[in-house]
Amino acid sequence: MADLLKHDVVIVGGGGAGLRAAIAIAEESPEMDVAIVSKIYPMRSHTVAAEGGAAAVIKGNDSLEDHCDDTVGGSDWLADQDAVELFVNEAPGEMTRMEHWGCPWSRDPDGSVAVRPFGGMKIERTWFAADKTGFHMLHTLYQTSLKFDRITWYDEWFATRLLIDGGRCQGLTAIELRSGQLRAIAAKAVAICAGGAGRIFPFTTNGAVKTGDGMVMAYRAGVGLKDMEFIQYHPTGLPGTGILITEGARGEGGILVNKDGQRYLQDYDLGKPLDVNDPNHPVKKSMELGPRDRLSQAFIQEQGKGGTIETPYGHVVYLDIRHLGEKKIDKKIPFVRELSKNYAGIDPVDELIPVRPVVHYMMGGIDTDIHGTTVLPGLYAAGETACVSINGANRLGSNSLTELLVFGARAGRNAAAFAKNQGSHCTTIEKQADDEERRIADNFLDKDGGTERIAALRREMNETMEAGAGIYRTEESLKKTCEKLSELRERFADIKIEDKSRTFNTELLSAMELDNMLTIARAIAHSALERKESRGSHQRTDFPDRNDDDYLKHSIVCYEDGAHRIEYKNVVITRWPPKERVYGR
Amino acid sequence: MANNTMSFEVFRYRPEQEDEPTFQQYDVPYNSDWVVLDALNHIKDEIDGTLSFRWSCRMGVCGSCGMMVNGVPKLTCAAFLKDYYPNTIRVEPLAGFPVERDLVIVMDDFINKLKAIKPWIIRNQGEERAIEEGEYRQSPAELAQFKQYSMCINCMLCYAACPVYAKEQDFLGPAAIALAQRYNMDSRDQGRDQRQELVAAEKGVWECTFVGECSVVCPKHVDPAGAIQRGKAASTVDWYKELLLPRRGGTK
Repeated sequence: MADLLKHDVVIVGGGGAGLRAAIAIAEESPEMDVAIVSKIYPMRSHTVAAEGGAAAVIKGNDSLEDHCDDTVGGSDWLADQDAVELFVNEAPGEMTRMEHWGCPWSRDPDGSVAVRPFGGMKIERTWFAADKTGFHMLHTLYQTSLKFDRITWYDEWFATRLLIDGGRCQGLTAIELRSGQLRAIAAKAVAICAGGAGRIFPFTTNGAVKTGDGMVMAYRAGVGLKDMEFIQYHPTGLPGTGILITEGARGEGGILVNKDGQRYLQDYDLGKPLDVNDPNHPVKKSMELGPRDRLSQAFIQEQGKGGTIETPYGHVVYLDIRHLGEKKIDKKIPFVRELSKNYAGIDPVDELIPVRPVVHYMMGGIDTDIHGTTVLPGLYAAGETACVSINGANRLGSNSLTELLVFGARAGRNAAAFAKNQGSHCTTIEKQADDEERRIADNFLDKDGGTERIAALRREMNETMEAGAGIYRTEESLKKTCEKLSELRERFADIKIEDKSRTFNTELLSAMELDNMLTIARAIAHSALERKESRGSHQRTDFPDRNDDDYLKHSIVCYEDGAHRIEYKNVVITRWPPKERVYGR
Repeated sequence: MANNTMSFEVFRYRPEQEDEPTFQQYDVPYNSDWVVLDALNHIKDEIDGTLSFRWSCRMGVCGSCGMMVNGVPKLTCAAFLKDYYPNTIRVEPLAGFPVERDLVIVMDDFINKLKAIKPWIIRNQGEERAIEEGEYRQSPAELAQFKQYSMCINCMLCYAACPVYAKEQDFLGPAAIALAQRYNMDSRDQGRDQRQELVAAEKGVWECTFVGECSVVCPKHVDPAGAIQRGKAASTVDWYKELLLPRRGGTK
């Protein structure tokens, strides 16, 4: 193996959280040497696809208390309230910092940052850059990070394994895609900011890169994954592709109608509709501005009643934004128009947008505390990869972009502080790196034969996850999915790799990503099977009620010797005792 | 329609196996909803796992999947098969860049240029704003000054279309110049002088012969050609200012 590379802190992932972490270190601890290992060029990271906005209290009519209250209620009381309060308090400063770094926020006429309402929000507090907020935030972060010479970039390096010595994380291995070489990187601290795993499901807003790689690295190193059963379906994805139509479209006044043109959400305890021309429309925390979990569940109920429209790409309802008019659409949500034209073949100025619920976000992830710390000394995590948790059983729209900043910065800062207290780099980890090189050769590159196609296994995984661990779940459906996943895991051992070359081998990458996804899929399905209640995005038709007596707890799935077990940890409740979750009344 | 197929000629180059690139032909089922990227994924998943290309968001915003489609730089996630059917589609890596493998180009040069133009807010010493002071005020009109140039997704189609870059790799190029303009025209920025060294240099705006192909192929309507023209006009003004006015810091 080539020479051991060395850095003080290594960050895995160059999306919003990873870049924010790197900048925090470069700005505040300039003596530290920080590296970002990313399997893609950082500006390709999936933060880029976020559209509607990022929440932080800035306007006089809003309050930190309200942001906390909305977030805790949105989470169905599964969020840790100390984490939520800290998040809400630090959000305005982080968002202002983004403004100082040049993020092109949309503005009010007086030049102050404009805000819009999002689902589950009592007061409008979502900062937005038209409807490409994630794109602008990611590029602003990336471009800002370029000014720091202390950041080293390992672009298109695929991290495969954490290296552990003396009970702490001391580095990692990664494949340099260009050469195909496996390299070992020694680090005094590692922060994983590698995103979620929406690609486990067949129909998702997530880009191809979202395969849970960072979660699996931590999981295999013995760090638990928290609240993995909670998968967010966004209520408005385009059929076929799963491309996201932002909640901002509803924040600006868009409505959802069934096949008869009825605003069907009123039948599902989400309030009564106001006329779209009423000055009070859209009413916050009501109807189309209910939370994502409830809206996605209402779609399935409506489908059961025959109110949806059948298309070649499954059932849909319609998002109607025609009443906003061309001018407002082009100013506030131009990307919605562009995407609808390109990928649904309709112009939403005059036509209805077909939409259906689509897998969007994982509330769960690497178990961390409010400092981004994990149980493994020297290992930190932030962003969708991590679970602090501020999102609990259902994330509120526009909290995730802000979360990248708040907890990305914290994880970076704390990783740097930890690194400062360590001595020299550990060099004995090179032996583990040799083992990893052998594992990849034996399992993939040097392996002869094999009959299972990557794409076929991936498709079967996608199907069983949607069928058994989708919006509504039962013990029976989840058991079936668990069995299927075990079968797929066995068949994966017989995977067929045609591409034996080292240079930019994307077939090897796909196989390793599938390996990761199968691991995460199992963690999700088993966590869901064990949670015998319904809360937020986790709906068990065999246990339809929330059960605070037994399940006001985080699930933690742990991996040991190839097997997993599930533990529970109490939710931190401070000022918001659990109560009924009410929208629209 | 289900039985119809389309023929693809795809550029192949694996440096470990072959010295020269070749074209490989694949037949792909025709689906009128598909984009070229869907066809490439069909090839990779069902026909030939060894084909390599970059992609992620498949919604025109991550900028990964730019390739030459029948000789024109395109985002393959936004190039619909129905616009080519029933003709053969030829897919090649973006022109003007070295090829790493198959449809994957080497983008080091572009990344270096991005960094070189200092694409971050620069404030004069002592004029940095503290977080406690809140946001900068920026009117919608001031935002509109640079918004267009901030829409670049770094897909590099403009470089692939640029006849100057094809011959002169030192040319800063459309996207990098547009990004410099994006910051120069931002009311929060004070760093134009620092960027001008590069932008107004021989390998900056003056290299451009204003063919305008960059703006034609730009999928996000950034209009890099317009940015370059504005850069030329602005650096001409600079030149006259230096000629006619006392030098800054001068004592006259």
